[in-house]
Amino acid sequence: MLWNMIQIALREIGHNLMRSFLTILGIVIGVAAVITMVTLGSGATAQVTQQIASLGSNLLIVSPGRGRGPGQSSAVTPFKMADVKAIERDISSLSAVAPVSTQTVMAIFGNENWSTSATGTDNQYLKVRNWSLKTGRLFTDGELRAGSAVCILGETVRQRLFGGQEAVGGKVRLGKLACEVVGLLEAKGQSSMGQDQDDIALLPLRTFQRRVAGNQDIRLIQVSVRDGASTEKVQRDIERLLRERRHISASEDDDFHVMDMKEIANMLTGTTQVLTGLLGAVAAVSLLVGGIGIMNIMLVSVTERTQEIGTRLAIGALEREVLIQFLSEAVVLSLFGGIFGIVLGLVASLALAGVVQVPFVFNAGIVIIAFVFSAAVGVIFGYLPARRAARLDPIEALRHE
Amino acid sequence: MTAPAGNPPALIRLQGVTKIYGQGQAAMAALRGIDLRIDEGDFVAVMGPSGSGKSTCLNILGCLDTPTDGTYNFKGIEVGRLLRDQRARVRRFFLGFVFQGYNLLSRTTALENVELPLVYRGYSGKERRARARRALETVGLKEWESHKPSELSGGQQQRVAIARAIVTEPSLLLADEPTGNLDSARGRDIMDLLTSLNRDQGITIIMVTHEPDMAVYARRVVQFSDGLVASDKENGGAA
Repeated sequence: MLWNMIQIALREIGHNLMRSFLTILGIVIGVAAVITMVTLGSGATAQVTQQIASLGSNLLIVSPGRGRGPGQSSAVTPFKMADVKAIERDISSLSAVAPVSTQTVMAIFGNENWSTSATGTDNQYLKVRNWSLKTGRLFTDGELRAGSAVCILGETVRQRLFGGQEAVGGKVRLGKLACEVVGLLEAKGQSSMGQDQDDIALLPLRTFQRRVAGNQDIRLIQVSVRDGASTEKVQRDIERLLRERRHISASEDDDFHVMDMKEIANMLTGTTQVLTGLLGAVAAVSLLVGGIGIMNIMLVSVTERTQEIGTRLAIGALEREVLIQFLSEAVVLSLFGGIFGIVLGLVASLALAGVVQVPFVFNAGIVIIAFVFSAAVGVIFGYLPARRAARLDPIEALRHE
Repeated sequence: MTAPAGNPPALIRLQGVTKIYGQGQAAMAALRGIDLRIDEGDFVAVMGPSGSGKSTCLNILGCLDTPTDGTYNFKGIEVGRLLRDQRARVRRFFLGFVFQGYNLLSRTTALENVELPLVYRGYSGKERRARARRALETVGLKEWESHKPSELSGGQQQRVAIARAIVTEPSLLLADEPTGNLDSARGRDIMDLLTSLNRDQGITIIMVTHEPDMAVYARRVVQFSDGLVASDKENGGAA
């Protein structure tokens, strides 16, 4: 019986193709909008997660000063090399520790110049940041100890200064320092905050301290925690160690801050997900409007087909059977709308993913939800017209012109 | 059933059937006490001016409506007090309807139209088609099964409607002005068809008409007037 009803529904839809198409247009657009929003949102979330992973997995950043926000007090006590050595020595479960000091300098090669961030560090930096060389070599121990005039350039700096020329072996000026390019970094792209990570020139820390900054300070200590180890525990250990080294009494707050990149990652993906949810909800409203469209057309259809309904009732159709007939018509319509919408949404998100530069991530969950949801729209908005049809008085309905 | 042996058993017995529309001051009696007995195999023409109650009576006989008072005994069952879905089942299993306006589904073929009652009886597609073809053959439209109603003449459409009514082999065929939309030649064709169905297949027919030319085909003519049976006469058998 049900199969018969579905056949009748399909036939009815087929007889009225243009109107059926217009009826489901609302559902098509609603489903397509939901699919597009959620798919692009999933892509953005995946992108943020991937970008944060590219910053270095299990990364802790230790910085001097209270809190992480701006407006820090002037009494910031910077770290010294001894602090880095102490962390390396006393904290377990670390895979790498890198001191980092930066200053913006003008980089010059020939006629080209480019303002970049000179970063004094050591070879551990690449490990912490999950980064690798494209060509050339790392700093040698001798260069690190002696503070030699050598540097490793990021892709943006190389591009700006050297263009198509060979960079390794070239002499560049970083501020007042003339140094030789010994290596080039792999391109890393934008960070999740929109910074260009490739706009960087690495120097041995000692070189940076003596010849760029003119002091012995270390701005940040970046720590990479071994896989599987608890970053929370390492964070606590570092805090305890540094409090001791900086002679902070129990009643005082830390004058430094240990930041876990995972927190930032969670915060950012959380934001993206909330945004995705919101956009999806807005799109779902259009699905609702589509459902009202179906109800509207079904009501018109019931009025138009009153005589047919009367005939069916006279022939012996039960109330229930007429209800199922019209309900299945609404559900079949809305399911068609759902399927079209899913296809359209996937095509649209594939196209838009290229435009807004987020990866296309197929989200099977939302496709299933959209499908089920469109069926539900059919049942909910088809019920009222179907009930009206089923409750018709056969005598009145037969008389209807 | 108290029918004496030898007589055909009574298919229908109406006793004191009234139908009142509206309430209080606005109440209007369409039927004011009808007693009627129709035997199996009979062919009854119901006549009368409009407003005489003949359509109301047909609706009650067709289980589309219920009497306000009185009893309607169909095949020994009191059907006048049945619920809506129960009456639908009586229609489905025992009744066939032919309407003045044919009431075919416009976008489906003749064959599919004839199949329709069998859908509600739950027959398989194959069985439905076989039975529907046989019914179309009976009404002489074997070659027209794949035509849609708009491609058929009025007389042909009414034949399809008759095929739809008899495809279930009903105990009773109710026809409401079956020739009302046809010219007299086509109307006579339809009456010939109904007569042969009654004569050859023994189908009981109750037909409402206001055309005396058509009523002469029936075995018996019941005249309605003001909600009462005015006369009830055997026909000479003009057909």
